Amino acid sequence: MCARPLRTAKLLKGHLLRNAVVDRQLNFLVSANVLVLIAALAIAGPSFVNVYNLQSMAVQIPELGLLGIGVALAMIAGNGGIDLSGIAVANLSGIVAALSVPLWVSPDDAPLMFAFVFGGVCLCVGVVCGLINGLLISRASLTPIIATLGTSMAFSGISVVISNGSGIRLGYIEPLDDFGHMAVLGVPICFALFIAIAAFIGAALRFTPFGVRLYLLGSNAKAARYAGFSQRGLLLVTYTISGILASIAGVVIAARISSVKWDYGTSYVLIAILIVVMAGVRPSGGYGRIVCVVLSATALQMLSSMFNFLDISNFFRDFAWGLLLLVFLQVSRIDLRSWLVRKP
Amino acid sequence: MSNSTMTASDRPTQTSMAGLSGWLIRHPPLFTLLLIVLVSLVIGAISPQFWQVANIFDMARASVVTGLFGLGFLVVLAAGGIDMSFTAIAALLMYWLTTATASYAPWMPMGVVLAAAAVGGMLLGMCNGLLVHYLKAPALIVTIGTQYVIRSFLLTFIGTELFVNIPMSIEDFGKYEIWRVSTDNGSIAILPAYVLVLVVAGIVTWWILNRTLMGRAIFAIGGNSDIAERLGYDLKKVQVFAFAYSGLLAGVAGMLHVSSNRLANPFDLSGTELGVIAAVVLGGARITGGSGTVAGTLLGVVLVTLVNNVLILAGIPSTWQAFVVGCFIVLAGALFATRERR
Repeated sequence: MCARPLRTAKLLKGHLLRNAVVDRQLNFLVSANVLVLIAALAIAGPSFVNVYNLQSMAVQIPELGLLGIGVALAMIAGNGGIDLSGIAVANLSGIVAALSVPLWVSPDDAPLMFAFVFGGVCLCVGVVCGLINGLLISRASLTPIIATLGTSMAFSGISVVISNGSGIRLGYIEPLDDFGHMAVLGVPICFALFIAIAAFIGAALRFTPFGVRLYLLGSNAKAARYAGFSQRGLLLVTYTISGILASIAGVVIAARISSVKWDYGTSYVLIAILIVVMAGVRPSGGYGRIVCVVLSATALQMLSSMFNFLDISNFFRDFAWGLLLLVFLQVSRIDLRSWLVRKP
Repeated sequence: MSNSTMTASDRPTQTSMAGLSGWLIRHPPLFTLLLIVLVSLVIGAISPQFWQVANIFDMARASVVTGLFGLGFLVVLAAGGIDMSFTAIAALLMYWLTTATASYAPWMPMGVVLAAAAVGGMLLGMCNGLLVHYLKAPALIVTIGTQYVIRSFLLTFIGTELFVNIPMSIEDFGKYEIWRVSTDNGSIAILPAYVLVLVVAGIVTWWILNRTLMGRAIFAIGGNSDIAERLGYDLKKVQVFAFAYSGLLAGVAGMLHVSSNRLANPFDLSGTELGVIAAVVLGGARITGGSGTVAGTLLGVVLVTLVNNVLILAGIPSTWQAFVVGCFIVLAGALFATRERR
């Protein structure tokens, strides 16, 4: 009865629809976001969604989100991949830039120039740190945990030494401060940048050979070896990207709080891992979506802001996050797919 | 990288380069021993204070808590897991038990308190083991979660204040001496008795790993859990045992920390887990499991304690500690990675 093209179109449409509905992690995260939002509205009232609060939540997301994407990339690469050095790289790049850039560019005479050089120096530090991690893991075959544990201590060690253990104040530098706080069309600049970076990396994972190879390496290292691409090169690129993302987080931190310190955000290592696990990235490698990482970061941020509204202590928030991590490890093992698909 | 360091140091011994590096790679703890000797010689040459009895006793005292943590971590690591929660377990038990003893039963002898800490640590460790087993997630992530839960449980529900009025029995325990030496300049160096706890724990851990069926099972599961299960080893039992043992030692270590410092600070010990992991890895245990020795771990503990305590004697600012330990980890990791490729 049906003409063939129509049928294929119908099938295709069904396929797309099913794909959209079936990614349970995505559904789960979207509903988690909505639930948290509803709970926050019910508890904290409509002031939770006023522009001011939304913006203040949005500027807090990029730091953790960027570190989370870095951890996610390392995890997707498989073979015990993880990047524990993220926050150490972020702090180191901020400190190096804060110490070196004023020597070349005066923040008072050329603030815009200063901001750009600041960002540039941070990125360079990120590339170097990422390359060190990547080389240790790909060339010297260190286990990622050991390599990044060692480098995270070494990087924060360097931060302590060059900053002498104390914080460095940047003062008010307009372009940098704007980057941390100002909103264009209601969207804070650093949040927009974060979304752009996340979209870029998500697209790279999905549509480029890099992404295909990374998923292959993570899901089946042996098959990847026979596929004939350079695994070492791939790992090097992955950890370098992770380093760059961490250094961007360093710029965001410096812009937001106008100072840098070696021990800023020591608990971020754990929270970044929490975000990534909540996002459903498989710890053994081979699966993970960047959009889920972003959604998981927003859910956590809203939850944290809700606790702030309720005036709940930070310690209790950490308690809740630890419990959440364990709960999500359990939830992510229940496969909703089976009964979602068979219904029609 | 590691090869060049080794050859630089073995030139005086006139051994052939390849022979020595090959030997070192087969016996990873020797690399740590070499680093210890090197650091000691260099710092001893710069500062004569290093070889004084007082300094050596200080180091022995400082390595007790790290050593206990390290032995527990070694057992978990050998079984193929990773424990990130031991410092939280230690902090929770030391603060809880100290405040509870002080307010309800100040007459309680230290032996009972230590036993309670051991049992409490064991129970928390068993929870870790069961969670790791049933969630089927990497132990690193699970124990990061439990670390958060335990530490923030302590800070939210039990207390955040420094507690100084610790019971007499706990305070006295830290004061027992086994060796008192009068030094030349008139001061007195004391080796406290609780150092013996580390010695006992070392012997027990060695016995478990090398002389019991459980030790066999731990190394088998850590080496390859699939094959070990097919051989009939009970994965759940071994995992629960390893984490429970680590928790037990953590509980004891927490109480020793209180009795040596004579105060209980709920914020203490957090963040020391990286140093402990560094010590165990420097001791030659593979991070992927299935290997490791008690002697190597204790050597690693000595090295980390050395770096943390005596850099200052050599005129190096203490800010370099983290950097030096980090470099040692990378160096040791690179060396052991070479071992695995052969």
